[in-house]
Amino acid sequence: MSKDNQILETITTKEYEHGWAVNLEADEAPRGLNEDIVRFISAKKQEPEWLLLWRLKAFRQWQKMTEPRWANVQYPPINYQDIIYYSAPKQKGKPNSLNDVDPELIKTFEKLGISLTEQKRLTGVAVDAVIDSVSVATTFKDKLAELGVIFCSFSEAVKAHPALVQKYLGSVVPMNDNYFAALNSAVFSDGSFCYIPKGVRCPMELSTYFRINAANTGQFERTLIVAEEGAYVSYLEGCTAPMRDENQLHAAVVELYAMKDAEIKYSTVQNWYPGDKEGKGGIYNFVTKRGLCAGDHSKISWTQVETGSAITWKYPSCVLKGDYSKGEFYSVAVTNNYQQADTGTKMVHIGKNTSSRIVSKGISAGRSQNSYRGQVHIMKRATNARNFSQCDSLLMGDKCGAHTFPYIDVENATARIEHEATTSKIGEDQIFYCQQRGIDEESAVALIVNGYAKEVLNQLPMEFAVEAQKLLALTLEGSVG
Amino acid sequence: MDEKQILNGINLQVKAGEVHAIMGPNGSGKSTLASVLSGREEYEVTEGEVLFQGKDLLALSPEERAREGIFMAFQYPVEIPGVSTINFMKTALNQIREARGQQALDAVSFLQLMKEKMKLVEIDQSLLSRSLNEGFSGGEKKRNEIFQMAMLEPRLALLDETDSGLDIDALRIVAEGVNKLRSKNNAVVVVTHYQRLLEYIVPDVVHVLYKGRIVKSGPKELALELEAKGYDWIKSEATPA
Repeated sequence: MSKDNQILETITTKEYEHGWAVNLEADEAPRGLNEDIVRFISAKKQEPEWLLLWRLKAFRQWQKMTEPRWANVQYPPINYQDIIYYSAPKQKGKPNSLNDVDPELIKTFEKLGISLTEQKRLTGVAVDAVIDSVSVATTFKDKLAELGVIFCSFSEAVKAHPALVQKYLGSVVPMNDNYFAALNSAVFSDGSFCYIPKGVRCPMELSTYFRINAANTGQFERTLIVAEEGAYVSYLEGCTAPMRDENQLHAAVVELYAMKDAEIKYSTVQNWYPGDKEGKGGIYNFVTKRGLCAGDHSKISWTQVETGSAITWKYPSCVLKGDYSKGEFYSVAVTNNYQQADTGTKMVHIGKNTSSRIVSKGISAGRSQNSYRGQVHIMKRATNARNFSQCDSLLMGDKCGAHTFPYIDVENATARIEHEATTSKIGEDQIFYCQQRGIDEESAVALIVNGYAKEVLNQLPMEFAVEAQKLLALTLEGSVG
Repeated sequence: MDEKQILNGINLQVKAGEVHAIMGPNGSGKSTLASVLSGREEYEVTEGEVLFQGKDLLALSPEERAREGIFMAFQYPVEIPGVSTINFMKTALNQIREARGQQALDAVSFLQLMKEKMKLVEIDQSLLSRSLNEGFSGGEKKRNEIFQMAMLEPRLALLDETDSGLDIDALRIVAEGVNKLRSKNNAVVVVTHYQRLLEYIVPDVVHVLYKGRIVKSGPKELALELEAKGYDWIKSEATPA
């Protein structure tokens, strides 16, 4: 074995940091999935009838669909009847303020480094915390309400703003869009809802933290963000889970809706439990994320730092319907040990003079497989559409794989499309150069990897960028040494 | 792995305040010597010891050696995309300081130190903000190495073929930088094939390395003699008849 490989071998041995579980009493649905379970969930959440009917319709469609297997990932069949579809941490009554929230829950989030108490919160970030299936706390609600910004849990939105929810739910990701989106539509439990009224620039970052806690539970959250004409919002999403031997299913749906001149910036730091060094356990992450640039001159930007999950299946996309609308996708996906990621984006150009930009940075270590899958589709009517794509892969060691599957469909001859791709390896020479300057091996790898991912990390809001940098270093710790 | 003995019989003592030059024909082991001293792992030391200020150098990792005060100016400085020299130096300096039980420099003090050293080695800040060595000319790379040396203030600097690939102006600037950094507390070992660099960095002692051994040591005039006569006479002197 070359020294390169020895180095890389050792950096891949860091334990998952957020792998603790808390003893929270939970209110659970029985195992398995059928119409009664869908009704159970809807009843638990005291939903209006239209929503129950919507769920049931989704469930019936899901039953007719088959699980997609085209992604470059391998896993044993999922037994959908062996999953618990609803689990809520037990609380004495509904919390009216943070003071009423179970102290165990508050402690859980403090362990994650997320303070829910507003005095201690990060400056300028409003947080919605979702544990297992239920939103437990949303901060800064009042302050946002003064501007007409709605930021609350999805369940709350269904009760307080039913017309808005009914209008936009499924408008970007239809319930039968794909297998996992249909499943989510049937059993989604909670998530965040966010509405920015016309002309309002949301003054703070909005953030949701998701955590799976209970065993054998799937988490199916749903996020819906609507930005009215000329509105702006920057939204952050973070996720963690405890270490468990069995695989847990996570199938979320995120819908973004941007009107004329509106801008939505959506950032994710995904750190679900990736499984252990032998590939045991970990989250199966099957997520549908899509944004619709409905109005002219609207803009949607996805930034993701993906370090967790045993399997990632995720393609945050933009449908560029409005003329002059813009879509962006910035991604760093790190896989280590036996992780598998098949992730990328889809840019659908419908409107005239639409433009999109894709920057994807894959990093593979250990025995992992990392695939970029992207589609740029220029439709007939999309005159003068432009796309720039850059897909880079960085390999650590010689047991991992990096794959790129770019698809380009052009139906309008005025389109201008650029695609660049590179593959490189972290070199022994680079590491030695750092060491000779007094930098230890692990810091050297962190430095090199952060340099490689810089263009994407720069897109993240400040607090998140620091967190993401640390996360990258942690994920790769032990793959060099 | 190729197992080949490259060095055999190096006996060298460098005192604080001295400049030593190591010269020799291609393949004599000059760069290997620099690599062994800085701790490259692909070389195994089968015999002997290296003491640095009383410490067993060979027992230390490359980063520990750097923290003890050993610096190598690379013959081929490595590119690290996305990492600026500024960021690189900040990370390096603070790790060294931490190992020495000193506090990390805050942003303001670091910037001050950087400005001062930039001036000393005549390097432009725009170069330091760019990705480390990426797209640098040969001269820029070498100047950047000397800037790093100025920042880290080593007790022993190893200059590995620092003159290679430099035109005369670049060579002069690099050499001037090194001269400004010389003091009675530090030492410099210059590894070079040509005498040219030694016109600017004047050594106290010149050693000739041939087939992995130091076959001749002498005052700075030895370098001139080598320049005039080539290495052949050394070879015949060193090879037993």
